[in-house]
Amino acid sequence: MINLKNIIPIFVKKNYGMNIIFQTWPWYVSGFLIGMIMLCLIYFGKVFGMSSNLQTLCSMTGIGKRVSFFDTDWKSQRWNLVVVLGAMVGGFIAANFMNDPSNVAINPKTIEQLAQLGIDAPNGKLVPDTLFGNQVFESPKMILILIIGGILIGFGTRYAGGCTSGHAISGLSNLQLPSLKAVIGFFVGGLIMAHYLLPLIF
Amino acid sequence: MNVLKYFLVGLVFGIVLTKSEAVSWYRIYEMFQFQSFHMYGIIGVAITTGVIGIQIIKRKNIKDIKGLPIEILDKEKGSTRYWIGGLFFGLGWALVGSCPGPIFILLGAGFFPVILVLFGALVGTFIYGLLKDKLPH
Repeated sequence: MINLKNIIPIFVKKNYGMNIIFQTWPWYVSGFLIGMIMLCLIYFGKVFGMSSNLQTLCSMTGIGKRVSFFDTDWKSQRWNLVVVLGAMVGGFIAANFMNDPSNVAINPKTIEQLAQLGIDAPNGKLVPDTLFGNQVFESPKMILILIIGGILIGFGTRYAGGCTSGHAISGLSNLQLPSLKAVIGFFVGGLIMAHYLLPLIF
Repeated sequence: MNVLKYFLVGLVFGIVLTKSEAVSWYRIYEMFQFQSFHMYGIIGVAITTGVIGIQIIKRKNIKDIKGLPIEILDKEKGSTRYWIGGLFFGLGWALVGSCPGPIFILLGAGFFPVILVLFGALVGTFIYGLLKDKLPH
């Protein structure tokens, strides 16, 4: 695969510092940019929230005729689907042309723990092959895990009225108490899964 | 430009979430094991930036791109839906390591099995739509 890292030095003689865009972006840079993305959408007169796109996608099928929750004006949400499209292209660019073997350098202790669960170490990969390698399509157990995880996400975000972007970032930035409750709920659920259920599942 | 600006915001979002590794199952697991500050740092700085930005918008009455006053709606009051809905989402978040944004970003990045998570998420959204009136909110 062509990597920008190999091309840029052709154009830039002194590429000192260029490497930082290929390494893991520091939390303070990433956090700031995510905050600015939310503010940008507010400036555009919109709201930063990703999970509502799931409702929009359901509404687009016309199911609103039977289930009133989906009887919404989905066309007014098209802008958010464009954000999603951009995010997918951004993911494609970042994962394919801006990667570096030093990426996803998680805590060695975490890697040890994962090995005990039988989950492969990152070695620069974004996600474990155990869960997201193409071989999962041959494992009914893994297919079920991914679908159930998705159902929990879809059901939970709509029930709570938002996800990490809508509640944790947008809501807490606007000092909303309901969002704080939701975010505490996210973490309680996450801790139960990561500490008590994952060891039973894997 | 109208559509393009949303595309560009999404593009930056996808790149930032991938390069910060917030889309990584590993980073989410590490966060819930309290073995790294990375994810807490990202979320903390994003919120801090947001709080400051929104305060500036409110105090200076900054207008939006069309020159209209910016109105940020409050979240509906309540408790049950936030606690229980949040709990469900948290379970899924830690299991498959992605929230709704990263589901799309990872699909774009070429991790095809994420399509199963997206399928599940649409089913979950549909189930909520079916049960909405019967659930406590």
